[in-house]
Amino acid sequence: MSIRMLPGMASAEAGPTYSRVKGEGVDTTHGAILYLEDISVSFDGFKAINKLSLDISVGELRCIIGPNGAGKTTMMDVITGKTRPTSGTAWFGQTMNLATMTEAQIAHAGIGRKFQRPTVFEQHTVFDNLELAMKMDKRVAPTLFARLTSEQAGKIEAILRLIRLNGHEARPAGLLSHGQKQWLEIGMLLMQEPQLILLDEPVAGMSDAETARTAELLNELRGKHSIMVVEHDMGFVTDIAQQGIVTVLHEGAVLAQGRMDEVQADERVIEVYLGR
Amino acid sequence: MTTSYPIKQGLFTRPVWLAIAACTLLAALLPILNLAFAEGHALHVSAYTVALVGKFMCYALAALALDLVWGYTGILSLGHGVFFALGAYAHGMYLMRAIGDQGQYHSSLPDFMVFLDWKTYPWYWAFTEHFWYCMALVVLVPGVLAFVFGYFAFRSRIKGVYFSIITQAMTYAFMLLFFRNDTGFGGNNGFTDFKTILGHSITAPATRAVLFLLTLAFLLAALIGARAIVRSKLGRVLQGVRDSEARLMFLGYNPLWFKLFVWTLSAVLCGIAGALYVPQVGIINPSEMSPANSIEMVVWVAVGGRGTLLGPIVGAFTVNGLKSWFTAALPELWLFALGLLFIVVTLFLQQGMLGVLSKFKRKPVVAEEGA
Repeated sequence: MSIRMLPGMASAEAGPTYSRVKGEGVDTTHGAILYLEDISVSFDGFKAINKLSLDISVGELRCIIGPNGAGKTTMMDVITGKTRPTSGTAWFGQTMNLATMTEAQIAHAGIGRKFQRPTVFEQHTVFDNLELAMKMDKRVAPTLFARLTSEQAGKIEAILRLIRLNGHEARPAGLLSHGQKQWLEIGMLLMQEPQLILLDEPVAGMSDAETARTAELLNELRGKHSIMVVEHDMGFVTDIAQQGIVTVLHEGAVLAQGRMDEVQADERVIEVYLGR
Repeated sequence: MTTSYPIKQGLFTRPVWLAIAACTLLAALLPILNLAFAEGHALHVSAYTVALVGKFMCYALAALALDLVWGYTGILSLGHGVFFALGAYAHGMYLMRAIGDQGQYHSSLPDFMVFLDWKTYPWYWAFTEHFWYCMALVVLVPGVLAFVFGYFAFRSRIKGVYFSIITQAMTYAFMLLFFRNDTGFGGNNGFTDFKTILGHSITAPATRAVLFLLTLAFLLAALIGARAIVRSKLGRVLQGVRDSEARLMFLGYNPLWFKLFVWTLSAVLCGIAGALYVPQVGIINPSEMSPANSIEMVVWVAVGGRGTLLGPIVGAFTVNGLKSWFTAALPELWLFALGLLFIVVTLFLQQGMLGVLSKFKRKPVVAEEGA
């Protein structure tokens, strides 16, 4: 499937809600941005993911929790094309089959992922990091002659304020604290204007204050972007899940799904995860 | 709306511009003093000095080209000598044709072809009697070789030391090829005994002055052009290739074309440096493609300070100046001195000479680089 033809295939109809975040190239007419159907991934016989099914709506902030080895990172790898599912299908919108696309195509189609370890360009300034990430023609000649328009500069500034790094824009990213690097990484994701944002343990290694600030940041993004957060930190998940759906993974499959208080009350969840 | 984003200044800071202007004027003065004052006059500059500085400028241009790929993009080439030599050979073909029947054997063919008992020029010497055609070759031959070589190497994601090794192998292979008499480029003697260029005697002081000033102009233009490139967004992408290529791919850039662009550009600049070198030095032979020569280019860049553009120019002048002095005064010690210099730079001056300079000043000499 070629991505180039997709914008034409996307429905012109606006969805019932979240129309302002509706993807350009992604057909989300049924309100879902991501469907995983019976995905299985096995490594040498070990089933990292076992018939996992999951769907995420447009504009939703979905939290995924689960003990170590539950298959959270493998699931992210499947969505971003890093790992091929052994069986099952992964749909991005109505029309894009992620299992047949390369990592670059998936990134181009609008799935942005933040890795556990921040990998910003340490020698570049914060501003340059955001500028490099900005959604635009990224071929050689347009890049050589690129001049920052005031509109683009304004966009970078808005993101700088959102990730609370205004005033730091001229500093080399390598000098930022761990938490600030994570925010910069989230900022770089936002600059790419992805349809779906995957955050892999965004608060790992953060101080309490930084964790609280990250929760605030994600709450600001709620409803403006479709976001999937994989996290261990229960307090943080409670902060950002609010009334939204939380999915508990266990041994490669969905164990429970529901509001945070429902999930926390679930016997099976307490047994495998929360009650320890 | 007030802008808090960093304001991009000019290409260089004012003191650096002044330093560049002063050096350019000083250099431009050399051939003029050579022409204007007779030998023995206090202000006379010897033809030897003019030729030497001219040669150094060619080296500096090659070092500048190497810095674009090594210092900014993190691609260490140990085979840039081949691009330099190919540019030199391309220009040398014209210079050989320009000898006409003035050679030792008074044949219309170059002496080495007479010696091989060839009756006509091989097909690939066609049109080389035209100056413009050879100038096109100066750009195209290193450019196309670099593009094809780079395409396959970068597409296969050959990186780091593996890439360095195959560039070394490439220049070695070309050296062996050019050493063969049957290749048709003069074997181990290469091209020499040039007489004229565009009808002017190649040894005349005025011709030499023009060549010198042309080299200076090319070096200056290359410096400003390269600076404009590394200061552009493309320059920041290249530095992203150097620091984290995988991250760049996730941002949607295809590093292949960026690497290929800078790699080919660097090879072309190196070819131009070679083309300017050959009429001033008067000889080109396959030893220019020896692996050691390419490694020496890397030493110039490292000594001057990589990732600074100005550093490699300073480095090329310093190392070659030392070399000229050593090989005259203490010839057997030169290789030891070169080795020692490289060790000292790697251990103590990782930013090179320019790095030391910027340490003394509060503000770095080359603003914004940081590398």
